[in-house]
Amino acid sequence: MGDFLSQFAALFAEYDVPGAFWVNIQLTFWAAIFSLILGTVLALMRISPIASLQWAGAAYVNVLRNTPLTVIMTFLFLAVWTQLQISLSDDFAQNFFRFAVVGLTVYHAAFVCEAIRSGVNTVPLGQAEAARAIGLSFLPAARLIILPQAFRGAVAPLGNTLIALLKNSTVAAAVSVSTETSTLMREMIESNANYIYAIFMTFAIGFVVLVIPIGLLTTYLSNRLAVRR
Amino acid sequence: MSTQKSVLFDAPGPRARRGIAIGNVVGAIVVAGIAALVLAELGRKGQLSWDLWGPIFTSSAWLDYFLPGLQNTLRAAAWAVVGAVVFGLVFGSGRLASSRTVRWISGVVVEFFRAVPVLLMMIFFWLLFGYNDVGDEPAFLAVVVALILYNGSVIAELVRSGVGNLPKGQSEAGLAIGLTGGQTLRSIQLPQALIAMLPALVSQLVVVLKDTALGQIIAYPELLRAAQTFGNGNSNNLQTLAVAAVIFIVINWALTALARWLSRYLSGRTSGGAAAGPGIGNPATPTGKGGPGNAIAATGDATAT
Repeated sequence: MGDFLSQFAALFAEYDVPGAFWVNIQLTFWAAIFSLILGTVLALMRISPIASLQWAGAAYVNVLRNTPLTVIMTFLFLAVWTQLQISLSDDFAQNFFRFAVVGLTVYHAAFVCEAIRSGVNTVPLGQAEAARAIGLSFLPAARLIILPQAFRGAVAPLGNTLIALLKNSTVAAAVSVSTETSTLMREMIESNANYIYAIFMTFAIGFVVLVIPIGLLTTYLSNRLAVRR
Repeated sequence: MSTQKSVLFDAPGPRARRGIAIGNVVGAIVVAGIAALVLAELGRKGQLSWDLWGPIFTSSAWLDYFLPGLQNTLRAAAWAVVGAVVFGLVFGSGRLASSRTVRWISGVVVEFFRAVPVLLMMIFFWLLFGYNDVGDEPAFLAVVVALILYNGSVIAELVRSGVGNLPKGQSEAGLAIGLTGGQTLRSIQLPQALIAMLPALVSQLVVVLKDTALGQIIAYPELLRAAQTFGNGNSNNLQTLAVAAVIFIVINWALTALARWLSRYLSGRTSGGAAAGPGIGNPATPTGKGGPGNAIAATGDATAT
């Protein structure tokens, strides 16, 4: 047993496991920021009264949300990089990292858009009518009455999207980001097959440790911020 | 959502209508302009030539690549869905059991498999089955098992919140006529909860179908892998992957439409209205009532994995 443990511990000297998780966290961080920006723009398009923008926003969401993330990643790698020879950086590893961020961003922006829109939909029509009744015009009504409530309603779905994004960052393997967790786990198991269970549990628990706090925080915030109606 | 019912915008007057009409035209020009730019750029790089698109419209492309790939995708998805529903029912009722130990174990299992990325599980099971010579197709089994564990856990949460959203009177009535807690759950609560969660289940089917594409990474010959093999042979990956994406989009879009229809159809049919309430019938609206179960169900169809 002691032998097993010491040899298993030696694996961590050989492979950079925390470094792999750090790559996933970085992917998640950048993709979260960019998808929040793109998702907000899409949500604004979808709730605007302008039909052509509504249509474009809806088309984006329906296409990207129904495409598997793996297809998007593979498309970026084989079609955009290999076939169209579009490169995002001269550095090989950096190039793939950026492609992974792009893939994660375009995919999750569709879910961010829907999360924000569902937040807006939680605001009852009466709130807007009341705002107009006390004489607020469009911008003050949106800023003071509607958007604060909409944001509170969007916390839970946004948190769930963030969790999904963190887990989906492993799909960066499909664009050759070779330093992230799923690729490293595969390498480690393939050359140390007798530790297969221990290696899998290490990575799995790593993700549990990352995901559960986000989930708890989301639940806490969405309850704390929930508008009691 | 339609503009008339929008909470942000009042019914437009003549001036606002003119503004909207102008915005509409400008928006349409911008959108069409972006599309034209992309097409022009693709054309400049020779990506619109028939040499690249032509191979897709041959019978061999479909009979040897796309259709067998699609068949493998659907086969894995079908097995995974059936398994996930069974897994979800077992662990969902486990979380509602009267025994504290059973509740705790079910809770740990469900929370664990919901937190671990599907791809990690797929790679793990693929290597495990491969080393131990389990079955003829370790990749297929790995895809199915990983999808069952993840989606089963999601369905377990749907079951839990579905039962939680039933009116309290349902379980009280069951207990009052002398059924045990387990009998009440099985014969009174679960049947109603299942009907109420049907739309969310169909939405989950979209997630399953999309995640079968992860099988590409472990060399399972599903639709994406088939498209890629075909594309490598003809050096037209852009075109073939686009076709694969369109197939996925059409199927998933149809499933989403089915889920929406089911939700509308069933909303008047389930007990007390609460069952078809926001948590399940209409996944776009968060319940705000709290509890992790509700938060999950609230985004049943918006889950990105």
